Amino acid sequence: MTGIESQDVGIELINIALLAFLFVIGVSIARLRNLFAIVMLLGVYSLVSATWFVVVDAVDVAFTEAAVGAGASTVLLLGAILLAPRKTREKQRYAYIAPLIVVVVTGALLIHATIDLPALGDPSSPANSHVGAMYFERHYPDMGFPNMVTSILASYRGFDTLGEVFVVFTAGLAVALLLGFGEKSLASRFKKSK
Amino acid sequence: MSDHHIILRVVAKLLIPLITLYAFYVQFHGEYSPGGGFQAGVIFAVGIVLYALIFGVQAAMAAFPAGFTRGLAAVGVILYAGVGFWALSMGGNFLEYQVLFREPYGSGSHLGQHIGILLIELGVLFGVAGSILTIFFAVAGRVSDISEDSW
Repeated sequence: MTGIESQDVGIELINIALLAFLFVIGVSIARLRNLFAIVMLLGVYSLVSATWFVVVDAVDVAFTEAAVGAGASTVLLLGAILLAPRKTREKQRYAYIAPLIVVVVTGALLIHATIDLPALGDPSSPANSHVGAMYFERHYPDMGFPNMVTSILASYRGFDTLGEVFVVFTAGLAVALLLGFGEKSLASRFKKSK
Repeated sequence: MSDHHIILRVVAKLLIPLITLYAFYVQFHGEYSPGGGFQAGVIFAVGIVLYALIFGVQAAMAAFPAGFTRGLAAVGVILYAGVGFWALSMGGNFLEYQVLFREPYGSGSHLGQHIGILLIELGVLFGVAGSILTIFFAVAGRVSDISEDSW
């Protein structure tokens, strides 16, 4: 066995271990009834998937997943469960049948779709051969800095990123409009200081 | 907040400046390493959220008032879009950084790209950090205080 092959085996083992973690966490989230434990496990799920993104060399995505998924959204969900009952009701057994069918059919379709996916890191895959190859050749002469992800996100695809900022801003605006700007606790702070 | 949170408070006091500093590292090093405005904005907001979780939402709101975070989000979006209109006013396309300082293509000078990307990444930082803090304050501001036994 050559060195490269044994390295590949190691990465495969890490992949399998991390995906097994994700599977176990996903199943336990589905089975749990305590909202606090569910939110904590969702944070763990995000952290493990961020680790997995690092293994498949998507460092920027891993960064975002760790910051948003494990950090911000866990805290926001914690704040949200304070406004909700702490435990969900037990459901009747037959209530699970329809969701189970939907999940099984969707999962089967997704697994069927993976047959058409190119292999991980395949240099002749559409993502790597057409516009991706052009970015890879031209981004340094065009921009003058080495991070290709930033050059695509901020410059080549700057208009899309502007749209994303609008989406985030709209989400903040919508939540603030719905939940009342947090003015209640501001008012109580002023009362306390008087 | 009672006294038995002393370890949490000491550790958080140590960590929050580092988290905030790391956010700015991610922001201004984004052209060379993974990350950029979006990640930096989230990390910065999470630092403030950690402060709010440990020292109370009201203390965090005293440092970053809800009106300020809302304004920050709006300023970020305006800054980003403003760079686009700056490029339009220089006779280029929307968000075409190369025309910001009238540099010809292929000349090897990238000042417009650098300034443009710096400004729009700042816009993303403001927009994301402001939006996440606004959402957090809106959600957390609904409950005046989190009692110990509610967990």
